[in-house]
Order: sequence, then structure tokens, then C-alpha cells
Amino acid sequence: MDIFIPNKEISGCGLSGIINRQGELVKGELIIESICCQMERGNGLGAGFAAYGIYPEFQEHYCLHIMADSKKALKEVEELLNHHCYMAHQEEIPTRPTPGISSAPRFRRYFVKPRYEGEVRDLCEGTPDEDDYMVNLVMHINTHIDGAYVISSGRNMGAFKGVGFPDQIANFFRLEEYSAYIWTAHNRFPTNTPGWWGGAHPFTILDWSIVHNGEISSYGTNRRYLEMFGYHCTLLTDTEVVAYLLDLLIRRHRLPMEVACTALAPPFWSEIDLMPEPEKTLYTSVRAVYGAAMLNGPFAILFAYNGGLVGLNDRVKLRPLVTAKKGEFYYMASEEAAIRAICPDPDEVWCPKAGEPVIIEMEPNTIPNQRSYLHGQIFDLSTPICRFPAEEEEE
Amino acid sequence: MASQKENSSAQEPKKKVRKKRLLSKLYPDFIIQRDLEKCIKCKICIRECTYEAHGWDEKREILTEDHAKCVGCHRCEAMCPTGAIVITKNPSAFREHDTWKPWFIKNVYKQADTGGVLLSATGCAVPFRNYWDHLVLDACQVTNPPIDPLREPMELRTFLGPKPDALQVELDDEGRFYLKTKVGPWIKLEVPIMFAAMSYGAISLHVHQGLARAAKELGTLYNTGEGGLHASLYEYGSNTIVQCASGRFGLHVDYLKAGVAIEIKIGQGAKPGIGGHLPGEKVTEEISKTRMIPVGSDALSPAPHHDIYSIEDLRGLIYALKEATEYKKLVFVKIAAVHNAPAIASGIVRAGADVVVLDGLRGGTGAAPTMFRDYVGIPVELALAAVDQRLREEGIRNWASLVISGGIRCSADVVKAIALGADAVYIGTPALIACGCTMCQRCFTGKCPWGIATNNPKLLKRLDPDTAFERIYNLVHGWAHEIQELLGAMGLNSLESLRGNRDKLRAVGLNETELRILGVKHAGE
Ligand code: SF4
Ligand code: SF4
Repeated sequence: MDIFIPNKEISGCGLSGIINRQGELVKGELIIESICCQMERGNGLGAGFAAYGIYPEFQEHYCLHIMADSKKALKEVEELLNHHCYMAHQEEIPTRPTPGISSAPRFRRYFVKPRYEGEVRDLCEGTPDEDDYMVNLVMHINTHIDGAYVISSGRNMGAFKGVGFPDQIANFFRLEEYSAYIWTAHNRFPTNTPGWWGGAHPFTILDWSIVHNGEISSYGTNRRYLEMFGYHCTLLTDTEVVAYLLDLLIRRHRLPMEVACTALAPPFWSEIDLMPEPEKTLYTSVRAVYGAAMLNGPFAILFAYNGGLVGLNDRVKLRPLVTAKKGEFYYMASEEAAIRAICPDPDEVWCPKAGEPVIIEMEPNTIPNQRSYLHGQIFDLSTPICRFPAEEEEE
Repeated sequence: MASQKENSSAQEPKKKVRKKRLLSKLYPDFIIQRDLEKCIKCKICIRECTYEAHGWDEKREILTEDHAKCVGCHRCEAMCPTGAIVITKNPSAFREHDTWKPWFIKNVYKQADTGGVLLSATGCAVPFRNYWDHLVLDACQVTNPPIDPLREPMELRTFLGPKPDALQVELDDEGRFYLKTKVGPWIKLEVPIMFAAMSYGAISLHVHQGLARAAKELGTLYNTGEGGLHASLYEYGSNTIVQCASGRFGLHVDYLKAGVAIEIKIGQGAKPGIGGHLPGEKVTEEISKTRMIPVGSDALSPAPHHDIYSIEDLRGLIYALKEATEYKKLVFVKIAAVHNAPAIASGIVRAGADVVVLDGLRGGTGAAPTMFRDYVGIPVELALAAVDQRLREEGIRNWASLVISGGIRCSADVVKAIALGADAVYIGTPALIACGCTMCQRCFTGKCPWGIATNNPKLLKRLDPDTAFERIYNLVHGWAHEIQELLGAMGLNSLESLRGNRDKLRAVGLNETELRILGVKHAGE
């Protein structure tokens, strides 16, 4: 093991998120306006966006957004993808020269499906194990290919991020040209990390995307816990662990979203001790088993997936989070002003309580590949286990 | 073993028929200084000193001192009503020599006097690097608010026992989530500090009673050690770990069922690779009943368990104990931290242990050959870091809890142990010091002047169970609060976020190899 644990970053930040429960598309301008309203929450060292529903023409393919330092790194990624995937399409991610943004890395996107060999293919295609396959592939690129990082890897979604203020990053990636049914955005105020493009939010794995305001004091515990399950943190930022924890708890361990949120920001023992059964046993066990997954420290996070947007605060609410509703639109942001900037007369505005998740899922069957994690039971448990072929080759 | 007894009696030779010169008596370790102006000749010191170092000269009507008999326990000094006595290190010096320090010279004299094995108590006294003293902790500044445990909840609760990789949660008919996975049994600790195995016999019944009550009030566990369980202590069952050591003293099914856990003692940090020895002199009526051996007979625990010669045998014993207790008790397996600890620990976890206990080089004892106490085994800090990492790499860290013992002196040591990866720690020596132990390291004589490591009915009275309870309780209560403060300063409000969180540690003055094994960065990085 490499003991020189990368420095985790410390930051204060601004967040914003929008979802339409009917899958109605929202123009990029709206989220840009909302996040830019919280300019004071950033210092120009990072901003980013996640958008869902932006690649309808390839909705069945995983879209890999790759950031690379060099042509060579990109070439290595392409070789790997050619070997392990079927590729439907690839292209440069459109950008435009933007004042204040210099020395940007290269960005390309690849629309792929896992390539299983022989019989495995029939067994695994279309099963949740495709997801495992992609997670392994992402980990492989991040840890083995020098200078290449996967910025996002979900279906019909993508993340755009870099060093700059949110308006600059939005302009650079031409985000006003996209429309999405879920948007999240981040404005970053790092205090100790060199400005590096990979360190900006959102952090993603598959279609999970996280934007985060706060510091995860339990990072060391979370990171070592995730290592036991094959997740390796390479992006030098504590937020990365949140993405992997969600993937582990919700997708792999199949915990219902509500329970997974409880694992991340659990009730205090004094509250659990007073709960009736079956909750008492449940939450005692969740804390005992998932103690290393608890996020400790001040945080407000927004995370999104194909079908939902969730806001969550730490268990003593040390960072701000406001939510609002207007018809089928739901808004979440660090400041009420950021919501009112784009929705001046919401039906309802409220501040979620410490540790209480706000989970907004779309109506069933609204979008392709929709996922719902409320109440659990998402996948058939008897799906076959498929391994990432690279593992065997290497050993 | 018999030779140990010879040696211990050599400390205070009986009348010899043939006049033999004992060189070890010529150079006492301590000098008893009596201020004759303050001394009122009350003779309390004579009564208090169990080693008969104080005497009374009838003819001259003065008190006398036999410095060679003094073990430096400070009892007489503490009890003298006028403060007339001071016990000091003997200033008389040998010619300086860095290799031949007085310690070695005097040990050679002792062994040449008797031909015996050198005997000691407590833990390793050699100044090997103490890693706790080279680790420092983090605290929040600006970007992350520290948390004040006096205002906010600060949780130290810990569950010991195997945890599944994942939980399965489902909805019941009323739309409530419930747990489908079968979990437990687990042991709930309100503080991550338990009391290490110290047998009734090695320490007094009163200390045992104090430990049991303190464990109950604090919401933690104490450990019976290998001497069985006194009838008066069965009521503390839910706070008791019963030990199953190689001698199997006092072991019967009611005993096994009396606690919440059974600890199989394979080894002890103070004396890895050898068994135990309770001299017949310490086996009183009560002890004989509890241990189920005749009064006055030596209680010898063999070096190995005679039914464990391999890891499969250990598995056999673990499951035999689980069967006997209907899978309601956790099984701990305690080993001394030795060179190959990670591989051994992995084997123990795979053999079915619920908790692995690592007892380090500095682990205490009531009696151990000095060479073992000082030179066998490795520091627990390194063993802990290596074992935790190994179990994680094998993906089995959650199959068992990890408890360490041996050399924990303060709450910061506890915090560092947990940050390195321990689930909880055991303390032994600090609990005895809380009761008044002065670390004279002569527990094996049965004469402990403080009434701690003895069951002599007269000495027992020097420490009553209530005092023992109160002082031990206070100590751990204070430590628990300090742990909360340290956690809060790091911005954490729950102990599980510290567990294995080596990012919270930095090393000062350690080399690359040590840093690698501990998995911590150097301060400044
Ligand atoms: S052995 Fe203890 S009580 Fe006796 S003289 Fe020495 S210090 Fe005093
Ligand atoms: S317990 Fe008693 S005999 Fe043992 S070191 Fe402490 S004071 Fe000395």
C-alpha cells in the first residue's frame, strides 16, 4: 500500500440543484444564473456542473467524460476502451476559449457499452453487473493511466468541471447549449489544494454525482473502508469518498436511499435508544456495521442520479442548505437567494433539519434508464456475477 | 518455575545454617531516610512495611532500617504521620560504564547468589522506542469547526463483535423498514476502554470487586483473568469477560456462561511463549475454591494449551466454547504481539474468533521472568498498525473486532490506538495505579503493601472495594471526557469516524520504515 495518502482538500463552497419531477428539461442558463448568484462562496479555484438527460441519442450507452493531460494519456484510454468496450461514438467535448481560463486539459467523451467475452456476454448484458464492470474500468483508468481521469461515467448524463469561476466554466463548456431534467452546480472555495481540474466538483461514479460544501473529517476512515471494497481515491479530494460510498451502499449493498442517508448522517445514540422497534434494531445495526461510512464533519451535499436529487446535511447542520418547491420543480441551494434568483415566488421554502435527507425522485417511468432507490428493492438479487476481464489478465 | 520461587525467597533470605555471603544484599536499590527529629517512634512504619525493612532496636530504643529489603513501594513514607521518612534511590554508585549498568551488575549478583531465574512484574522496562510518544494528533482550525463536547453530543459507543459486509433492509407490512440480516450478538461499550485480564489471586478480591463495579457503572467490561470467578462477582455478568487460559482454573459451564464473552488466552505480552505461575503461598481458602485447586498448591498454567497445537485446534476450541454457550457469547482470542502477528491474527479471525486481542511488549503481569518481560514480543503500536492493515487487505477486518493492550498510559494513547485501527483497548496497570500501586514491580511476592496484588487477609484491608471502585471509575471517567475533547477538537462527534483514521495522526522523529508500518505521515507533510 502506498502510505503517502494524498492530501485531502479543505473547502467552503456554494451549491445549487434543480430537478423537475416530470422530466421536463431545464435550460443550462438557469442553473448558471443560480450558482453565479453565490459568487462569494467561491474563489475562482473550481466550479462544475452535472447534467442529466443530455445525451438522449446515446441513452443506452455509458458516457465517459475523460480529462487528460496529454495526447498520450488519451491514446492509452482509447486503447483500453477499445479492448474492453463497444464504442458507439466518441468526440471532443465542445469548449470555447474563455477569458481567465488558461492551460485547460483535453476533454473527450466516449459512448460505450461493456464488452463481455463469449458466454459471459449473454449472462451479463443489461444486468446491474454492467455497472460493476464500469466501476472497475473507471478505477482502472484513474489508478493506472497517468494523466487521465474519468470525470463522469453514467448513462445519459455528464459532468463538466474545472478551475475557474462558475460563469467561466459554464462558458468554457458552452453549457447554455445543454438542457437537462436534473442539474447540479458547484462553486468552490478551496483553501489548500493547488488549482487542479480534477479536484473541482462534481465527483461522480456511474450516474452518481456529488457536489459538496464542507470538510469530511472522517475522510481517513471512509477512504480506508472503501479500499476494502475496491474503491481507490485518486482525485485528492474528500468529496470523492461520498460518491463511492453512495455507490457501495445503495447500488451494491442495495440499501434503500433513506437508510443509506442514515448511514451517512446517522441519528445520535440518544435518539436511537428511544426509537420503537423495528427502527431501534435497524439503526443500531446500521451504525454498528456502517460506522466507517459515516460522514463526520460539517457538510451539505447534493447528489443526483438518473431519476432523483437528494440534499443532505451533517448531523449537527454545520453548513447551510435550503430547499424550495414550485409546482413540479424542486430547488436546493446553499442560499435562498440562489433559488429566488431563478424562481422568485416558490410555493414553499424550507431548511432541512440536520441529518434529514430531502429525497426528490421523478415520477415512475419518466425517463429512460430511470432509477429509484426510495424504499430499496431496485434490482433482482440473483443476477450473475461478472468480472472485469482485465483482472484476470493482469494477475 | 521452581527456580523462580527460590529466587523470590532470595530477596529476603531466611536464617541460613551455613553462612553465605549474598552480594545482592550489599548494594541496595533504595535508601530509607529517617529524619530523627521528626520521628516520634510510633512504629507505624514497622507495621506498614511488609518486607520488614523497618525494625526496632530494643536496647537503644531507636528505629532501624534494612535498606536491602526495601522494594521502594513508598508505603511507609505515605503512612508516616510526621513525614519523617523519605525513600530515595541509593546514591552509592558504581564506576560509570555504559554497557555494565548497575542493573546488569546487580542481576548477575542475584543469580550468582541463588542460581535462579530473574523475576519481575509489570511490563517491559527497557526504553525501546515508545511509538505513542512519537505520534501527535490533529485539530480543527478555521475551515472546520471544532465541536465542544459540553454543548454537543459526543459519542464514544462501540460495538464489539463480527459485522457483516452489508445489511439487508426491507419494508414490513406497515411500510416501515426492518433489518432482514441476522446480526450479533454484539457487546456494547459506552467507553472504548475495558479492564484487562488480571486474575483473582494475582490481585485482591477487593480490586476485582472494584473493577467489576466500575465496568458496570461505566458501561464497559472487565476480565476475570485465568483465576476463575469469585462467587460474589456473578452479579456483574453483563460486564464480565471470563478467561479460558491454559491452566483452565475454575473453569466450568456456569463460569463460561457467567459473562458476555469468553477470552481464550493464548499468550500474554509480558511473557509470550510461557505459562503462568501463582505461588502456593498466594493460594488461600477463597482462591482455592474459586480456582478449584487445593489450598497452598502452586497454580501452574502450561505454556501451550494442551489441546491447541495448530490453528485448526484453536478453531475447535472456539467452537467448543460457542457450542457450550449456545452461541450467545462472543469469543475473544488474545495473543502476545510477536513478529508474525498479522498472519497469526488473520488465522485467528478465519478460525472464527469474534474479537482478536493483541497484547504488546509493554503489557503488564504479576510475575514474569525478567528476560521475557523485557525482551520478548514487539510494541503493540506496530503490531496493531500491521494487523489492521493486513485484515483490511484480506477484506476481513469487519469479521472480528480488534482490541489492544500493553502500555496504554493516558487517554491520548487510547485515541491514537483507535486512530491506528483498534476498536477498543484494555487497560490493566493504570487501574492498579489508580488504586495506589507505586510500580514497585514486586507483585509476585504476595506482600503488596498497598493491598492490591495480594490476598493476605491483613493486607486486603488496606484497600476496600468501594475505594477501588471509586478511584478506577474516576480514572476512566476522566479519560472518557478527555477522549471526547480530543475528538471534538478534530471535528468529529463520534468515535467510529476516528477508527482507523490515520490521517488524524502525524509522526515526529520516526524513520521511513516506521512510517510505512504505522501508515502515518510525518509531521509537516
Ligand atoms: S518496602 Fe515499602 S514500606 Fe518497606 S521500607 Fe521500602 S518503601 Fe517503605
Ligand atoms: S501492585 Fe503492589 S506489588 Fe505490584 S507494583 Fe503495584 S504496589 Fe508493587
